[in-house]
Amino acid sequence: MSLTPAQLRARAESASGALPALLLAAERLAQQVAPGAHGLRRAGPGEDFWQYRPASSGDSARSIDWRRSARSDAQFVRDREAQTAQTAAIWVSGGRGMDFTGAEGRETKLDRARLLAVALAMLLLRGGEKVGLLGEPARTGRLQAERLAESLLAAAPMAQDDAAPPAAALRPQSRVVLISDFLALPDWLPAFLARAAGSGVTGVIIQLLDPDEESFPYEGAAVFRSAGGGLRHESRDAGGLRAAYLDRLAERRAFLAAEAMRAGWQFGHASTAEPPSDRLGWLWRVLGG
Amino acid sequence: MLVLGPLGFAAPWLLTALIALPVLWVILRAMPPAPKRITFPGVALLLGLKDRAPEARRTPWWLLLIRLAAVAALILAFAGPVWRPVAGAPATGPLLIVMDAGWAAAPGWAGRQARAERALTEAAAAGRPAALLLADGQDGQGALAFQPADTLLARLRAAQPVAWPSQLPPAPGALLEGRPEGRLQTLWLTDGLDHPARADWLAALAAEGEVTVVPPSQPLRSIELQPGEPPALVLHGAADPAPAVLAIGPDPQRIERELARLVPGDPVTEAGATRRAVPLDLPPEQRNRITRFQIEGDSHAGAVVLADDRVRRRKVALVAEAAGQAEGQELLSPAHYVRQALELSADLIEGGLGDVLDAAPDVVVLVDQVQLAEIGELAEWVDAGGLLIRFAGPRMIASDRLMDEPLLPVALRQGGRDIGGALSWGDPRGLAPFARDGVFAGLEPPGDVAVRAQLMAQPAPDLAEKTIAALSDQTPLVTRDRLGQGQVVLFHVSANAEWSNLPLSGLFVQMLERLVATARMAPAAEAEPERSQPFWTPELVLDGFGRIAPAEGLAPAAAEAMAEGPGPGRPAGLYVAGERQQALNAGGALLPATWPGARIEDAEAGRGRNLAGLLLAAAALLLALDALGSALVARGGRLIAAALAGLWLAAAPPPAAAQDLDGELVRAAGEVALAYVVTGEAEIDRASEQGLWGLSLSLRQRTSVEPGRPVGIALDEDDLSMLTFLYWPITDTQAPPSPQAYLRLNAFLRSGGMILFDTRDGDVTGVGGPDMSGPLRRLAAPLDIPPLAPVPEDHVLTRTFYLLGDFPGRWQGNPVWVEAPPVGAEAASGVPFRQLNDGVTPVVIGGNSWAEAWAVDDQGYPAYPIGRGWEGERQREMAYRFGINLVMYVLTGNYKSDQVHVPALLDRLRTEEILSR
Repeated sequence: MSLTPAQLRARAESASGALPALLLAAERLAQQVAPGAHGLRRAGPGEDFWQYRPASSGDSARSIDWRRSARSDAQFVRDREAQTAQTAAIWVSGGRGMDFTGAEGRETKLDRARLLAVALAMLLLRGGEKVGLLGEPARTGRLQAERLAESLLAAAPMAQDDAAPPAAALRPQSRVVLISDFLALPDWLPAFLARAAGSGVTGVIIQLLDPDEESFPYEGAAVFRSAGGGLRHESRDAGGLRAAYLDRLAERRAFLAAEAMRAGWQFGHASTAEPPSDRLGWLWRVLGG
Repeated sequence: MLVLGPLGFAAPWLLTALIALPVLWVILRAMPPAPKRITFPGVALLLGLKDRAPEARRTPWWLLLIRLAAVAALILAFAGPVWRPVAGAPATGPLLIVMDAGWAAAPGWAGRQARAERALTEAAAAGRPAALLLADGQDGQGALAFQPADTLLARLRAAQPVAWPSQLPPAPGALLEGRPEGRLQTLWLTDGLDHPARADWLAALAAEGEVTVVPPSQPLRSIELQPGEPPALVLHGAADPAPAVLAIGPDPQRIERELARLVPGDPVTEAGATRRAVPLDLPPEQRNRITRFQIEGDSHAGAVVLADDRVRRRKVALVAEAAGQAEGQELLSPAHYVRQALELSADLIEGGLGDVLDAAPDVVVLVDQVQLAEIGELAEWVDAGGLLIRFAGPRMIASDRLMDEPLLPVALRQGGRDIGGALSWGDPRGLAPFARDGVFAGLEPPGDVAVRAQLMAQPAPDLAEKTIAALSDQTPLVTRDRLGQGQVVLFHVSANAEWSNLPLSGLFVQMLERLVATARMAPAAEAEPERSQPFWTPELVLDGFGRIAPAEGLAPAAAEAMAEGPGPGRPAGLYVAGERQQALNAGGALLPATWPGARIEDAEAGRGRNLAGLLLAAAALLLALDALGSALVARGGRLIAAALAGLWLAAAPPPAAAQDLDGELVRAAGEVALAYVVTGEAEIDRASEQGLWGLSLSLRQRTSVEPGRPVGIALDEDDLSMLTFLYWPITDTQAPPSPQAYLRLNAFLRSGGMILFDTRDGDVTGVGGPDMSGPLRRLAAPLDIPPLAPVPEDHVLTRTFYLLGDFPGRWQGNPVWVEAPPVGAEAASGVPFRQLNDGVTPVVIGGNSWAEAWAVDDQGYPAYPIGRGWEGERQREMAYRFGINLVMYVLTGNYKSDQVHVPALLDRLRTEEILSR
């Protein structure tokens, strides 16, 4: 199916139409978390004062702090605390299953994931980090939040139910946030995490679920179809499946948590029913803010 | 047919399908309801899970019950259930169907045919021979032909009731000869009336076998005309409430319609038969137009009475001097007044006395005739019941044999009397009031009727009782005497206006009508058989259903046979012989038939009550319930609510369409408020409102028109019918009104309203022409706008109040367009201005933005600047003048144009006066 230019433009317009709201919502969220200092507790390039130390050989005359030096006979150099911008990469699953909500009026998982992603990005950007989507260049500055939102919205949902992050896009020493529902078996995860651990990448795995997916409220005869239509399960008594389903869900979470722990990552699960700020605060803490 | 208690089944083998119900129960129980379809991303986690119990989900029992009940109802319905079916005894012998086919069988004829057809079909199925005997008096003589029953169906279906009573061949024995062996079964579909050979036939058939009688399904009613004066209708057999009798005839426009509804009187029951008199109290003029009477709601020949001479207008023969001998002018001819007086209420025949007597008149009017040759014949006619009306006149006065003149009610004196003439004493005499019990009772003599001359009667003891109208001095004006069965009436004055002005008054007409109404109908018809024609030719006939059919292929009926009423060969209808008409009417007293020895089929129980329809309806209802129930099971309650809401919406009555008049519009109509079209652009609407208010203030100040606050009109909603003037500013963004609004606008324009279209642009584009801008063209296209032209210099608009040359608004110098003068209306020299089209132009189109020129704000200051300085104020003043002229034009039309002609008209009058001197 190829889009005509007119359709493309119409979609782009509708996508960009949703953008300010997303940004605003994300901004409102970001206001609630004060960005922490990213000081590296050592001297280096930065803005904050770190220490005065006696000038040694190798320090250029320009680096001498003359005001401090004038109070004594020795020459002092004013060191600043090293402040390096960290690189954070965010990945939101583009699987078709993310575009689901169990009740009218509730956000879809994808919307919530985008909201979290942009809000997190804005937080990180305010802290001076370099933020980008996984696989795209990470940049700093306010504008980056808008670019990020744009590319999040522009990404068309995939036809498959599930998606995997590109492992090749991992950069050493960066932080990675994975947001997905992890309902389809994430067989890519161990390899991904192993590679990440190998290159010193740490991060967070967030399983974002709809309340319906967490509680399985269905009763009676039903035909369950995945959003992409690829999977199908027919049941005469959906209510009878609840316990088994919840068991499997717990099992899946345990698996995810175990995988994360082994790679030194954090695992958390979120629901679209809870206010997004809770999860954002948790993310903020976990990312070592 | 299977009969179970009171219930019978026409197709009982279908009931075996009920065995399938338990099977269905099992299948339905086994089959779960359709699963819900749920989109659920977590399917991946469900894959491979097993239901804990495979049959845990079942169709609820109540849904199952509904379905089974629906299926059972369907099966039962198709099995042809009948409540209390008639028990058909198996018969083997031949079948004879006797069908009464007279007019009385016409009601419910289709039902009779269906009953006979059923009997024939059953006989055909049983292989019994059958015969059909139609009691229409036409059935072939000779033995009845028994044949296979199904061959009779075509004849049965083609049979129609006839317009005479049912009639059977006289000898049953001869017809029944040679019938097949076996016990004869007879089915007699009777019309409920007795007829001559019926008892014989019943006895003969009862002797042969069983006779089943099917009585008519509904009671029979008929009407009959009873001669007399006035003739009366009798309604037979009508139970309460009695139906009305319709009098049908051509109205004055010659369109056949119901002229009157006659209400039957109270019932009289004699010997088991009910009859009601139907009074026929109609004005003679109306009665004369009636062609037939019909019982409302009944369609058979007995429910129709065709009107003939007995109901129709009297035939009045007028004998005056022959046309060639008439002296003087037509308006002085005495026959003229009589003719005029009687024309409406009677048939007039004119001619010599001998000729008119041959036409069997009811009334003979002799106008100033003495010593007639055929006086002997006339005396016989009067003796037999004729009414002779004579008028006095100059010839009577001049006659020297007046004493001996026969056929006069009173003896007359030689010569007459003049009253109030130049050579006589006294004044012309008025009329004395009429006797309260006489023929003229109730008539009011007008005060201005005066008699100047009259014939005087010889005084006699019985003169007073013969006098039916007298002058104020008690000398007779009209006298009457009975002669045999007839009567002779004499007007002692002439029939023209020479002796009195009585013939000029309405009283004359009323007196003649009263007199004519006393005449016996066609007394000569029976009294003089030699005058009657030996044959009567049918003119129009009725069929058995009382419908009028053309009289084709019918032989004339002999006069003797006519007396016997309708019969074979002479259906009910209208027959003519020479000048006379006679109606043969089928209706009459109803003589109910009795059926000793026969089994009478109960019409109610005859067929039983067919339950199939009820069961099918029940099945449909159950299936609908099932659909709702299934939806409830599968989708949850929301859909059900939606479905119920939909049903409720469909069943709910539409919102009341009545629309009350807007109070604002009522105010506008009361105050002659100016109106503007609301465009939806706040700026322009405010300018319109302020502009019309400014104009209204100027009108109040300068003229006697005192409009109220201007009113805004939303074209799509408001009723325009009460407005006169509409200001319509054109904007680019205006949405065209709805088609209904255009209908209202066109009606508004046609009924004298005016629209001032203002494009407000001063025609800056220079397009010109009446369709200045695209928006105007678009908006005004559906309107009925006549051809337009720029306002001519002599248009009424230029001088209804002020004399104007230009029509400036905020702009000026642009043409204003109005309805074009008709082609050929050229300026006539000497006339101040042309007589333009009579109507007011329905539209005025311009672009001068008048509303802005008129606009004033709340303080009364101009709201928009115009031009520059003094020039601008001048232009505003001219704009107001244009507005005032326009409103004057709208309100007074071309009155001003007429006003201008007044000096010219006066001038012309003066000239004519001078010339005529």
